Amino acid sequence: MSEKYIKPIRDIAARMMADEMVVMSVKDSRVFSLNVIASAIWSAADGFTPLREIVARKVVTEFEVDAEVAYQDALELVEELAQEGILLLADHPIGQESA
Amino acid sequence: MPGVIEGGGQISVVIGGLPIDIQSADRDFIGMLEKRYTGFVAEPAKAGIRLHVEVVAPMDDGEDDELEVRYTDGRWMMKRGDFHAQWNPASNLGCVRQAAYPYAIDAVMRIVHSLVLAKRGGFLVHSASAIRNGRAFLFSGVSGAGKTTISRLAPPDVTLLTDEISYVRRVGEGYRAYGTPFAGDLGRAGENISAPLAGLYLLVQGRHNRASRIEPADAVRRLLRNILFFADDASLVEQVFGTACEFVSRVPVYELTFQPDEKVWGLIE
Repeated sequence: MSEKYIKPIRDIAARMMADEMVVMSVKDSRVFSLNVIASAIWSAADGFTPLREIVARKVVTEFEVDAEVAYQDALELVEELAQEGILLLADHPIGQESA
Repeated sequence: MPGVIEGGGQISVVIGGLPIDIQSADRDFIGMLEKRYTGFVAEPAKAGIRLHVEVVAPMDDGEDDELEVRYTDGRWMMKRGDFHAQWNPASNLGCVRQAAYPYAIDAVMRIVHSLVLAKRGGFLVHSASAIRNGRAFLFSGVSGAGKTTISRLAPPDVTLLTDEISYVRRVGEGYRAYGTPFAGDLGRAGENISAPLAGLYLLVQGRHNRASRIEPADAVRRLLRNILFFADDASLVEQVFGTACEFVSRVPVYELTFQPDEKVWGLIE
């Protein structure tokens, strides 16, 4: 099973409001609010840390959930955000120039 | 750009403390604006934004046409079916080409104000606003949400700032709401006064009256839907986003479910 890597695209603005991340696409002004778990994943999306490791550190430990279930949920989330065009998702680490 | 127009006229329209001087060779046009912006007209400022209006025959397209606002070669270019305009933020000079009716210059002023406010941490928002007991409140929503209705229901101790477009500026650690001449269905300008903002109410019409505090992330998302921003400019969009987040962290935001009944004002203290 290949690792997945995630990184926010460059043309977004994001800010933590209470425990939720609010994300705005500066290209088309669409606004997204991420729940507490999605916010934890988003905040750790540096392009270099594998998604599975992010989930293990930021979700499984913090929220005491089953590792595989959490990973599958996270995968579904990042695929959705990638389809929305606000997150890069790749099978390899994502460098600075790609974001 | 002429400084004084012989045989023409000039007025200064001051909204939110920001004067915009409007000059035109067409004295009747200036006269019409003096009536429209009564209460917001001052002596022309020595410095500040100055727009020269060239009044032309009515253009083919109307005010419902799509608005285009873009920044090119140091100037904001604004274009709609019923006007062409440009404004240079460095020199503060601009010009407008439009027919002799007020809606076009109204739109140009809103655009210029929104651009200036975006840089200063403020915004224009689709919202009624009013002052009660020295504090200002916003009632925000899209067309049909009830901005004019709640304005009509206001008791005598309430001073209306607008029933359509509110003017919000960052002042110190908080925000202040200013009256505007931009009227909705109420058909009259707001009072030209201001007060510190004490709350934003997002309007929802219902069968009872209730105000519920909403979560910051939801508040930002819903506030952004109602902020007027016209420019296709990524850096300004980012600034407006930041402003909305700052606003929500400093001003309480509620969802106000209300029925068309003056008792709703019992919740606004």
